[in-house]
Amino acid sequence: MSPKSLNPRLQALKTEIEGYAKEFGLDFFETVFEVLSYDELNMVAAYGGFPNRYPHWRWGMDYERLSKGYEYGLSKIYELVINNDPCYAYLLESNAEVDQKLVMAHVYGHCDFFKNNFFFAHTNRKMMDEMANHATRVRRWVDKIGVEKVEDFIDRSLSLENLIDYHSPYIRRNPDPRRAEEESKSNERVEGFKVTREYMRGFVNPKEFLEQQRRKVEEEKQKAKKLPERPQRDVLLFLLEHSPLEPWEFDILALLREEAYYFAPQGQTKIMNEGWASYWHSTMMTKRALKDQEIIDYADHHSGTMGTRPGAINPYKLGLELFRDIEDRWDRGRFGKEWDECDDLRARRAWDRKLGQGREKIFEVRKHYNDVTFIDTFLTPEFALDQKLFVYGYNEKRNSWEIVDREFRKVKNKLLLQLTNFGQPIIEVVDGNYENRGELLLAHKHDGQDLKSDYARDTLKNVQTIWRRPVNLITKFEGKGLMLRYDGQNHSEKKVEL
Amino acid sequence: MSLKIHQDHSRFKEIVRGKIKANLKKYVQKGEMIGKRGKDLISIPVPFIDVPHFKYGHKEQGGVGQGDGEIGQQLAPGAVQPGSGRQAGQGEGEHALEVDVSLDELAQILGEELQLPNIEHRGRERILTQKIKYTGINTTGPESLRHFKRTYKRALRRQIAMGAYDPAVPVVIPMREDRRYRSYKLQNVPETNAVIIYMMDVSGSMGDEQKEIVRIESFWLDTWLRHQYKGIECRYIIHDAVAREVDRETFFHTRESGGTMISSAYKLCREIIKSDYPSGTWNIYPFHFSDGDNWSADDTRNCVEMLRADVLPVVNQFAYGQVESPYGSGQFIKDLRETVGEMDNVALSEISDKDAIYQSIRDFLGRGK
Repeated sequence: MSPKSLNPRLQALKTEIEGYAKEFGLDFFETVFEVLSYDELNMVAAYGGFPNRYPHWRWGMDYERLSKGYEYGLSKIYELVINNDPCYAYLLESNAEVDQKLVMAHVYGHCDFFKNNFFFAHTNRKMMDEMANHATRVRRWVDKIGVEKVEDFIDRSLSLENLIDYHSPYIRRNPDPRRAEEESKSNERVEGFKVTREYMRGFVNPKEFLEQQRRKVEEEKQKAKKLPERPQRDVLLFLLEHSPLEPWEFDILALLREEAYYFAPQGQTKIMNEGWASYWHSTMMTKRALKDQEIIDYADHHSGTMGTRPGAINPYKLGLELFRDIEDRWDRGRFGKEWDECDDLRARRAWDRKLGQGREKIFEVRKHYNDVTFIDTFLTPEFALDQKLFVYGYNEKRNSWEIVDREFRKVKNKLLLQLTNFGQPIIEVVDGNYENRGELLLAHKHDGQDLKSDYARDTLKNVQTIWRRPVNLITKFEGKGLMLRYDGQNHSEKKVEL
Repeated sequence: MSLKIHQDHSRFKEIVRGKIKANLKKYVQKGEMIGKRGKDLISIPVPFIDVPHFKYGHKEQGGVGQGDGEIGQQLAPGAVQPGSGRQAGQGEGEHALEVDVSLDELAQILGEELQLPNIEHRGRERILTQKIKYTGINTTGPESLRHFKRTYKRALRRQIAMGAYDPAVPVVIPMREDRRYRSYKLQNVPETNAVIIYMMDVSGSMGDEQKEIVRIESFWLDTWLRHQYKGIECRYIIHDAVAREVDRETFFHTRESGGTMISSAYKLCREIIKSDYPSGTWNIYPFHFSDGDNWSADDTRNCVEMLRADVLPVVNQFAYGQVESPYGSGQFIKDLRETVGEMDNVALSEISDKDAIYQSIRDFLGRGK
């Protein structure tokens, strides 16, 4: 790949747009733009934004989709930017000037978000280098072990890729080991209640009672010894720490896990991130950068990005509208107790306290929220109505998808459900020594939706190949508790009480 | 130029074609092959490999959408994309351009995908129409064909050369000599005639699923043949124990019941060919779909005779597609294979499920007949 440095014209545009971005108060890492031809751009996009990734067919799969889409004129990559310091962003060589401006303005929005949003705080800002290192490490293992073996292992690991704990970077889950040790020591001696007169000892602390206490402490200790102590969502970490992996397997699984954690915040803030970037490209373009003759093209492309399909949420559109709504509400003071308690429709419609705090508020929102809290806090009934949001579901009888409801509560709940844990089931490791036979026990925290059972079985199989010993998964199907099991050869299942 | 990713790309393609890594083959999904029919909008098939994850059953999940519509209103097919919820997003934004794909383009894509050869037309090409084609530019012509841009350019060039052009007052006045006109040629457009005769078994054993397969498959056959021939005709025959000719709508939506006499359909097909499509000028494509359960061995013998004597000699290709059904014995394709399977204008294909349609289309159209 031969990234071309910006030609003078683009360089001038960059300086111009960067100026606007700073003027509006955006705060970003140094941003590097590279100009790529369409197939190079497709490649980088397939690699998830990085010029260099470990060899694997799934990049080829994404590349196929992207290049077919481009060649048949169905879709086109519109912007591509990676969270790194400096931020890297790519421009399509053949784009018209107005598009380049639009993309740049959009990119500065993203860069500001990457730098300031709380959920990106822990991410590696030198990921560009790290990814290249990962690629080298995998290539080295491929040379040593063979491409088939390594690729098979990656396939299996990818199948477990989503079994990480998206919140773990922000919480301390495992207690400090030293403190835990002290606690366990204090529990060791069982003395019973304090006795002031020695002859009363047998009555205050009868033997049975002491015995019972001892057993209790013993049990506690057993529980503490249990692996993991309490259910652990980071299944990948558990596998890394406790399964009998070869060094090369350990290395690859560890780096895949690292990458999964790196990408997680982008998934957690998709609506906000795109909404924020769209807010800024539209603000910068319409307030500053656009020339008269560019307005039609700009409007065309902007509306293309904002287009909605009935069967999906467009994060660009939803995010942008919600940020604008927040800005408007805080400008006019439409929040707080008084506003919430006002039932007079006319008064609500004319409500304007002329606070002008909108800009300030959205900057604050972009810093502290992720998609779940963003929607939870700021999605209002008026907004949902205005944006024509609805819940859809599958009608078995008619064999088609249809609109089920437009009621605000349901829309919001569904949306939040879709966003929580990326709309994926929550799976935890419950026991690493199940039945005292070194088996793995996983549990699905059932929240009303069943797992896709064939996929669950196949995934379980992949867990088993890493864990080596039989693996079990407790879940529910059609309201009944079920334990799926794969022992290395056969799948089996049995009913369990939950 | 060679990109690093081409290695990954070719590896992916090999997996899709089933050449390597057979363990992944079952996760290969072809996406939707048939899209919207109204207004000729269609989605392009893009294969993808869905590595298993713990995930929810898609249909249970539902989701939130945006747009107009009453409660209970159906969403357009294809509006909801199967997928594993939201994947951990990567910093990439795609911009759907929503370009309409015409049926003709679609056929080309199909041809490229399946590497179908173009069909060699048979019979004399009859001249049907003369077509006007604009081929160039002339200095004379009717005013209605005046090429404004070229004329203007000539005039501008002349004025600049003469020094008569003033940028401050950019007035350009074309003279007679500046004018340019589109010129055209009359072209003879050779056209060949083709007819597709669809035959389908609608006996009790053909369920909705089987018919769906026939419907999808004939849509693609239709698309391809229409792309290859201008002005194609279609005839539809349904049969159980007796055969009758029906219109397209009936063909795909009838559910009859009863026994199966395949010979009845072939007899009707023979009559249609004889009366309406004299061989020599027509390219004839009979397609027959059935679950392969015929009434008796006698009837099968009857069918084979009819094929041998009257049908095969006059048609481009006779195609038989056997849709797997839980009830059929599936004997018929074996009988055909033994008797006429060797003939080079017979194409036989077994279609076990929707996924097999892809291969079946290739079986039918792969020979360029």
